Amino acid sequence: MQANTQMPEAHRAPGSEWLKNHPKFLEVAYVISKRLIVWSYPLMRRLNPRVAERALVRSEELVKGYVFNCQMCGQCILHSTGMTCPMTCPKNLRNCPCGGVRANVHCEVIPELPCVWVQAWERSRHMLIYADQINVVQPPVNRALQNSSAWANMVKGLDVKTPRGWELAASVECRAQSAATVLE
Amino acid sequence: MSTIAKSINSGVSAGGRLERVLRSGRFAVTAELDAPDSADPADVYKNALVLAEVCDAINATDGAGANCHMSSMGCCALLTRAGYEPILQVGCRDRNRIAIQADLLGAAAMGVKNVLCLTGDDVTAGDQPEAKRVFDLDSIQLLHVARMMRDQGVFLSGRKITTPPPLFLGAAENPFAPPYDWRPPRLAKKVAAGAQFIQTQYCFDIPLFERFMRGVRDLGLHEKVYLLVGVGPLRSAKAAEFMRTRVPGVWIPDGLVDRMAKTPKHQQAEEGKRICIEIIQQVRAIEGVHGVHVMAYRQEESVAEIIHRAGLFPRRARAALNGAPSDQALAPDRS
Repeated sequence: MQANTQMPEAHRAPGSEWLKNHPKFLEVAYVISKRLIVWSYPLMRRLNPRVAERALVRSEELVKGYVFNCQMCGQCILHSTGMTCPMTCPKNLRNCPCGGVRANVHCEVIPELPCVWVQAWERSRHMLIYADQINVVQPPVNRALQNSSAWANMVKGLDVKTPRGWELAASVECRAQSAATVLE
Repeated sequence: MSTIAKSINSGVSAGGRLERVLRSGRFAVTAELDAPDSADPADVYKNALVLAEVCDAINATDGAGANCHMSSMGCCALLTRAGYEPILQVGCRDRNRIAIQADLLGAAAMGVKNVLCLTGDDVTAGDQPEAKRVFDLDSIQLLHVARMMRDQGVFLSGRKITTPPPLFLGAAENPFAPPYDWRPPRLAKKVAAGAQFIQTQYCFDIPLFERFMRGVRDLGLHEKVYLLVGVGPLRSAKAAEFMRTRVPGVWIPDGLVDRMAKTPKHQQAEEGKRICIEIIQQVRAIEGVHGVHVMAYRQEESVAEIIHRAGLFPRRARAALNGAPSDQALAPDRS
């Protein structure tokens, strides 16, 4: 099969395998860094908003790029996907593996790449806080956030903001579900 | 019973033949139509005619295997025009969310009642691997969007749709690809996103499928979604080898390939049909299976024989189906 030039990043797959295989440690790191950013981002912004944004983007590229092979989608859901970046899946799937996973658990698109979603599932089984988050339906990616800071977007609430139609359907679903639990 | 079960059973979504057959508790049969590499409608009708006789709905593929064929929309336009019941396959590989929502409206306007929401094979599987892959939505998001358009009557942006598309929503599942223990929870996710029926990948491995169905029943999904098992005849030992090495997501156990290889060449096609019939009869006995989906690539003419020999005839006992008048009005003229 010819080399896949559309996803060169997935080929390089730097990421630290050791860290990714210790998702318990990573989810604790996630909880701590989330607190830290929520607390420090307003301060950083007050000093200089433009520098704050750029500093965050650069540090995310460095830190998350090294650990997770981060693709900078700007709306991080790592804790919902077994601390494995779903954007490194060549099909960019956000919810689950496709039906093309090979019997040797490698990728349909890049035969030498282990399936990102199989790894996500196995790692999520070892997590303590967010193990069940992998069963939550993830909304479509907001492509406008590509290359922006997921950390800044998190503080601003941009990463969880969904289109109005999606929001409406999800809230109807939520109400129906809570009604059903009451009935049961 | 859960919300989803209630919403599945509370009202008719589209009222197509497939939906009525499934809701009435009968064993459903669907089949895949090979979209032709031609602009001649006769090529579609030729294939559809042999399938429509024996199945409840016809799947119109959307660039299967990432190869270019007549579009799913084109096939559905021709099929609905002649009164057949198609299942529009919508993949996420070639279109972004704007095009997909537009297509769902167009399809419903043409009289398409069933939609199968897919991720789609990757461009590298086909004959034009240089193409740009889209994958703007994934199959679960696509299901959610389709249900939102139907039930809430809005586009993703929240803008109102004056007449929402009445669609019976389907999704695909591959119980034969890893991670095996995630496949049932993954199905639950699809059901939560709006799937009402499921068509699976080719089933050649009964023990693996039974393991999957146990998981499905443990989650109570067999009461929330109609499950149609994908089956198909192997044409030859060579075809079996090709399918399991080259077609993404197809799993054929060694035993079956050996059985084909040991058969003399001129009897291999017959042996392939026999295997297919055995599999239909075995999956039919499994609790939670509501039908079969026959994929006979370039052997449409064998579908009728397989369904007949598997004991699934008669297919058209109309009296058993409520709401027969609209069915008769829509059914193609077979005289």
